[in-house]
Amino acid sequence: MSDSKELSRRDFIKVTTGIVGGAIGLALGLPSISYLIDPALREGGKEAWIPIGRLENMEIGKPYQFSFTRVQVNGWERTSSSFGGYALRNSEDPNDLLILNSRCTHLACTVNWSEQAGAYLCPCHDAKFSPTGEVLDGPPPRPLDSFAEHRLTEDGVIEIFFKAG
Amino acid sequence: MWKKVYEWMDERLGLNEIYTSLLDRPEPKGNWWNTLGSASLFLFLLQGLTGIFLTVYYTPSPDHAYDSIQYIMEGVAYGWLIRGIHHWGATLMVIVVFVHMLRVFVTASFKYPRELTWLIGIGLLLATLGMGFTGYLLPWNQRAYWATTVGTQIAGTVPFIGEFILKALRGGPDLSALTLQRFFSAHIWMLPAVLAGFIGVHLYLIIRHGESHWPKRED
Repeated sequence: MSDSKELSRRDFIKVTTGIVGGAIGLALGLPSISYLIDPALREGGKEAWIPIGRLENMEIGKPYQFSFTRVQVNGWERTSSSFGGYALRNSEDPNDLLILNSRCTHLACTVNWSEQAGAYLCPCHDAKFSPTGEVLDGPPPRPLDSFAEHRLTEDGVIEIFFKAG
Repeated sequence: MWKKVYEWMDERLGLNEIYTSLLDRPEPKGNWWNTLGSASLFLFLLQGLTGIFLTVYYTPSPDHAYDSIQYIMEGVAYGWLIRGIHHWGATLMVIVVFVHMLRVFVTASFKYPRELTWLIGIGLLLATLGMGFTGYLLPWNQRAYWATTVGTQIAGTVPFIGEFILKALRGGPDLSALTLQRFFSAHIWMLPAVLAGFIGVHLYLIIRHGESHWPKRED
């Protein structure tokens, strides 16, 4: 059998099984991968201007806490996520404003302002940030993130430009 | 290089022996009707695979079951394909398993020494039907809801213990979130476990006894 040039019946079956099996595997396997990673390829939330509070309520030199929620449709459900931060006025100038994101730069827990410590403390891994967001102690790799774009509306409300990742 | 790797593996795992006894074993002359068992096995694996993928998005809760399936069909890439294969594969599997049983019956392959293979085969048929019944409820649409209402009601007509069976199936007197959850559990854990175990024994018995020959006039 093997000395003839013709393909033996056995080998024909083996090759055919391999080809058909491979074709089925590909036809099912590739769409499956696409199916599994599909949500990871979606765009994030929409960007928006978010009001965080009235300028007159923000004392100079004292962090002003704010929070807001954003709703996004994920799959078959509307998911609302909470965000927050602290606005710190340095002077009377309404644009002289530092707006920090309270999301810890270590592993994304929420930091809280502590009046006693005079610092932002993270409850998860004892991170400590200065009022301007610099790392004072603990594991964070970089200072707190800030919302660079902000504006003062005509009726005295501070708004930040926000885009969820 | 690969030859050496293969030889190393073969020496420890006995790959050649497995190949010879599983795929290169002597067989009586058969025909296409003899392939239905393998077809059933293939469909079982296909259903298992697509079923696992479906659980990535499906939610067995009355609030979200329907919506999550809508999402699979319209929101996820190739969701329609995965669910389509699972949906039609289920029907095909019931048909193929049933025709496989008919072939075994017609060729009298259930006789000594294969009685146990036949009995386990009956278990496999019933488990396959159970998969169909429990899977039918999961989309939680009108058809699923009423089909399960009727199906469990039929089970409830058993004399004396019917009431108990109905409540055990539904997880209470009514069709509820509990029904959906326990049908889901049966569909993805209990019945597949039974199927996998029975298939293992079924295949072992087939390899142990070999396939029966096609009956002749004098048999």
